[in-house]
Amino acid sequence: MSRIDKRFAALKAAGRTGLIPFVTAGDPMPEHVVSLMHALVDAGADVIELGVPFSDPMADGPVIQHASERAIAKGVGLADVLGWVAEFRQRDQATPVVLMGYLNPVEIRGFERFGAEAVAAGVDGVLLVDCPLEEAQVLAPLRGAGLQQILLAAPTTAPARMAQLCEAAEGFLYYVSFAGITGAGRLSTQDIAARVADIRQHAKAPVAVGFGVKDAQSAKAIGAFADAVVIGSALVERLDGAVTAQDIAGRVGEFLGPIRAALDAG
Amino acid sequence: MPKIQDFHLWPDVHGRFGDFGGQYVAETLMAPLAELTEAYLRLREDPDFLRELDRDLTHYVGRPSPIYHAERLSRHVGGARILLKREDLNHTGAHKINNTIGQALVAKRMGKPRIIAETGAGQHGVATATVAARFGLKCVVYMGAVDIERQKINVYRMKLLGAEVVPVTSGSKTLKDALNEAMRDWVTNVADTFYIIGTVAGPHPYPMMVRDFNAIVGREARAQMLEQYGRLPDVLTACVGGGSNAIGLFHEFLNDGGVRLVGAEAAGEGIATGHHAASLAAGRPGVLHGNRTYVLCDDNGQIIETHSVSAGLDYPGVGPEHAFLKDAGRAEYVGVTDDEALEAFHLLARTEGILAALESSHAVAQALKLARELPKDGIVLCNLSGRGDKDVHTIAAREGVEV
Repeated sequence: MSRIDKRFAALKAAGRTGLIPFVTAGDPMPEHVVSLMHALVDAGADVIELGVPFSDPMADGPVIQHASERAIAKGVGLADVLGWVAEFRQRDQATPVVLMGYLNPVEIRGFERFGAEAVAAGVDGVLLVDCPLEEAQVLAPLRGAGLQQILLAAPTTAPARMAQLCEAAEGFLYYVSFAGITGAGRLSTQDIAARVADIRQHAKAPVAVGFGVKDAQSAKAIGAFADAVVIGSALVERLDGAVTAQDIAGRVGEFLGPIRAALDAG
Repeated sequence: MPKIQDFHLWPDVHGRFGDFGGQYVAETLMAPLAELTEAYLRLREDPDFLRELDRDLTHYVGRPSPIYHAERLSRHVGGARILLKREDLNHTGAHKINNTIGQALVAKRMGKPRIIAETGAGQHGVATATVAARFGLKCVVYMGAVDIERQKINVYRMKLLGAEVVPVTSGSKTLKDALNEAMRDWVTNVADTFYIIGTVAGPHPYPMMVRDFNAIVGREARAQMLEQYGRLPDVLTACVGGGSNAIGLFHEFLNDGGVRLVGAEAAGEGIATGHHAASLAAGRPGVLHGNRTYVLCDDNGQIIETHSVSAGLDYPGVGPEHAFLKDAGRAEYVGVTDDEALEAFHLLARTEGILAALESSHAVAQALKLARELPKDGIVLCNLSGRGDKDVHTIAAREGVEV
């Protein structure tokens, strides 16, 4: 059983909703990524989504794009990200880590090489935003190495395609809760609830819902019907400008604390 | 790769040209792309649609464009005959309108009242704003803030045509960032919005659709060659940024094995300097803007900023069909420097009275090289993809002339 599967099984057994924070690796400070990851866990993260900076993040909004640009400007690359995961694993063997990003950095590193390196570093899954199911054959070496491929589903996904995604889902299925880019806020909770309920019945993996979740209230509303809630842009925005490890950890705690509490109270 | 007999079989149903192309996009775009693909595949077989397109190409764009024997230029070179396919004579002054008029008609038939586009130099933006006005569609053009500063005249032109120009301030603030931003707009507003991509890149069906609309260039040229010269040219050449005018010229000739195809990429200050935009000549396979193709990136996979004197060639990727033709050995892609393009620009101006676009001047420079290698009875057919009026300020500034 993979680390991700174990984590979701434990959540289910405890009747809890998972909390999946996203941070861009290398932002706000490359030297504090590992302590940031531990701070996320301390604040109640069940899975960590670590963004691999890319120069052309087509599916992300301005907040995450700017975080990517800041990290790239500081020289952050895929090798650094893998190094940080390995360092994180020295102290934490339980929290699943999913790398989220775009194909080109992985392809340039080499699919086979990346697969082996990522598994060795302790990465559990990859969510490559610009690699839909139709193109996923290129990821065979990653899956062969033992990485789970996290798939996205969207409100615009047609029923026949949704059935395919449910069938292919592993780790968790990431439902993006509105038809747009990350970080914009348009959320009809009822609509999402109905769609997610249907997907949860058919998907071979738990369903995490994200995009547009920004505080305790919206997280609680989503947490009422999702297996897990993903929080990205709002967290990245909150961390912007923090310099010391202490400040970063403080902001993480302040931001995620109420969200964790709201999810657990629900 | 096994020897290919019929190059017109691509892309396959997934939009792949061999290892290239495809749909490397986020899940949210899969449905809009499927809707577009279905609509386009239906329309490309629809006689009524094709008649409407043909009517506008004839009476609005001014097709067919002639092929012109540049005699004085050819004599100056002292080699083969150089013929120019005069896409610069189209309405709006370039091949770009072949595509925008086609896509605007698709938008109209799909019932989408709002058009968006990305633009670098502003040529595609102007061609899009033009057809949006022609068909009464709302038009929003995304343009990098740096490009807006460099191309003020085209920005104003778009505004005169009723388009809204939105500055893009992310990334390098140039074409690739404008493309990212337009893609975001599309994802968010897909219900009423049609995205007109300006080159043969992007996710399927764009490389196929943009190629199809530009393929009229090669269809006309091939027929004109047979009619006027009783033979096909020895070699075709065209400039390649994204590659739409080149694929437009090449496509009809792909199965004519005896016709050499040479794409001229922007070598900028020289490929060895790193300041260039020659994705095929100096890049590597990767994924950018929704398709697998040759890209210019660093060892971390980050797309790098490109350089060319010609804004229209200043792009770090290239259409996937070109990547396919390169790997299949059917077409060659070579670099032409800024200086070579400028020299060709001046030579063409003085010998033939034609101001070519800086983009097209790369093709002219390549045509000069090819003509020198061929005997006098040989024929080089060069796509003169656009006129150079838009570039006179750039050229004057570069040469230290105050206009």
